[in-house]
Amino acid sequence: MTHLMALLLQVADPQLPPSAGMFILFGAIKAGVAFGIYMLCVAYTTLLERWLAAWIQDRLGPNRAGPKGILQPIADGIKNFMKEETLPAAASKTLFVLAPAIAFIPAMLTWAVIPFAAPLPIPGVGLVSMAVADLPIGFLFTLAVGSLGVYGITIAGWSSNNKYALLGAMRASAQMISYEIAMGMSTVCVLLLAGNVNLNEIVAQQQGQGWNVVMLTLAFFIFAVSALAETNRVPFDLPESESELVAGYHAEYSSMRYSMFPLAEYANIITSSGLMVTLFFGGWDIPFTQWDNMAPWSVAKTLLTLGAYFAKVFFFVFSFIWIRWTVPRFRYDQLMALGWKVLLPMALLYITTVASLVLALDAAGLGRTSYGFRGAFLAMNVVFVILVFWILDRGRTISPSYSRVTKERIARLQTGAQRSDLLNEKGA
Amino acid sequence: MAITTRVVDRPTDQSSYVRATFQGLALTFKHLVDPHKVTVQYPEEKWDIGPRWRGTHRMLTTEDGKAKCVACGLCPTVCPANCIKLVPGEDEQGNRYPVVFDIDEFRCIFCGYCQEVCPEEAIHLGRHYENAEYERKDFVYDLKRLTSQTHPVCEMWDPADPKGE
Repeated sequence: MTHLMALLLQVADPQLPPSAGMFILFGAIKAGVAFGIYMLCVAYTTLLERWLAAWIQDRLGPNRAGPKGILQPIADGIKNFMKEETLPAAASKTLFVLAPAIAFIPAMLTWAVIPFAAPLPIPGVGLVSMAVADLPIGFLFTLAVGSLGVYGITIAGWSSNNKYALLGAMRASAQMISYEIAMGMSTVCVLLLAGNVNLNEIVAQQQGQGWNVVMLTLAFFIFAVSALAETNRVPFDLPESESELVAGYHAEYSSMRYSMFPLAEYANIITSSGLMVTLFFGGWDIPFTQWDNMAPWSVAKTLLTLGAYFAKVFFFVFSFIWIRWTVPRFRYDQLMALGWKVLLPMALLYITTVASLVLALDAAGLGRTSYGFRGAFLAMNVVFVILVFWILDRGRTISPSYSRVTKERIARLQTGAQRSDLLNEKGA
Repeated sequence: MAITTRVVDRPTDQSSYVRATFQGLALTFKHLVDPHKVTVQYPEEKWDIGPRWRGTHRMLTTEDGKAKCVACGLCPTVCPANCIKLVPGEDEQGNRYPVVFDIDEFRCIFCGYCQEVCPEEAIHLGRHYENAEYERKDFVYDLKRLTSQTHPVCEMWDPADPKGE
């Protein structure tokens, strides 16, 4: 009887969590809606990339399919479905067909645990959490699933039975494993501050304490660089590197099967951006205000926080594309050196410092949201940022190839050049 | 222009990637928001082609619509690609005219010798570049087609400066 009463109470009050049946129903609805919107965003990220690429290169970009080219992704989709699917004779058939899906699914799975808005109260149902699956171990889930993406790429490269594809796949696995470590290490700092691995709790912590990017800028920097490497974007697109490896791991793919790899890349971009926003930029928090973070929840709050979240994610997706059309690709040894010799030690040092600081401040009896705690972290952060960027700017990280040329050789070249200038300008 | 060698004075030590990246990002962003774009919206918008553009041929005609060609045979002789097929004929008044005058635009290298050599200023190259066809045989232009085309013709030289000085 008391159970029934509790159930009725739950059904009546939209500020309480929903009952089990409603939870399943709304879980399914959320999954469907989130999946649809997510796929749409992935498709339109391809268009965004083509537009930004064009505008950066002083071109107009796709503008023919539909008004201003807005239907271009649909046209691309139809084209890719119509094209012939080739299957190399020497390929390992099962894996070859399976690989695109294996590459695509982890990116989507990660998205399932990311909270994207304030909880939505529905009268008669209860308070519905705005994450497809609000897992208590949300963050660990993203780490576990995020690293699965490399399997798709490696299997694709291996099953193609093609030298270039295999080389691309080898690079992909080496690169993604290297950067996975730095990425995981950088997020440990966030977990130390939040004291929880539930992504909703991490968002709540940032709402109380300020965004993690202010307190842990260096962790964000490491995470952002690793995210670029994890998504195989320029400057870390060595698995694909069309100038050396034809097309890298997807050299043998065609039609929709090929199309799954770029789509997986864009899905990964969106997921990485979402994760970055959740871990470092306050998730769905609207900055400088507190009213959006607390009960009573309302539909307007959900929509506004969703807008804030979308804007933040859009900014990072934009940055990913912007970076791609700016910087050139790393050389392979530079990539490995950056991952293992710079980012990993930096992350380890940072964890140690953050952990010691948290321990010290807790021992000093400062509350996590007190000004003392936040001030100490801010001071530590400023010192670290200045130090690290000063060191990075001294250029001890990535050696250019011409650094191997000796000073004597340069001097000889310069005298030769002077002589040729004399011959051509004054002598003639 | 004389070729000169310039050795760029790059630092021989390792250099900063961070600063260069931000400079690059600023540069690309400037181009991103720059409203000036170089794209020409082709089918709607077309480039002005120069007066000396050498495109597909035209045969000019007299007032009564006949080809100006007198079938002297100079153009097939001078043609380095051997793409002009000419069969001369003569009418009752003894005027020579081309019975067959075919130009294989596939073989043509658009050198413009035919126009330069023509004593009657009959065959001309055209200021024209949209010459796609559905079949290969349509690229052999016969006399009818050559006379009926209307695009502007090529000026082999600037009339104000005929010797190219």
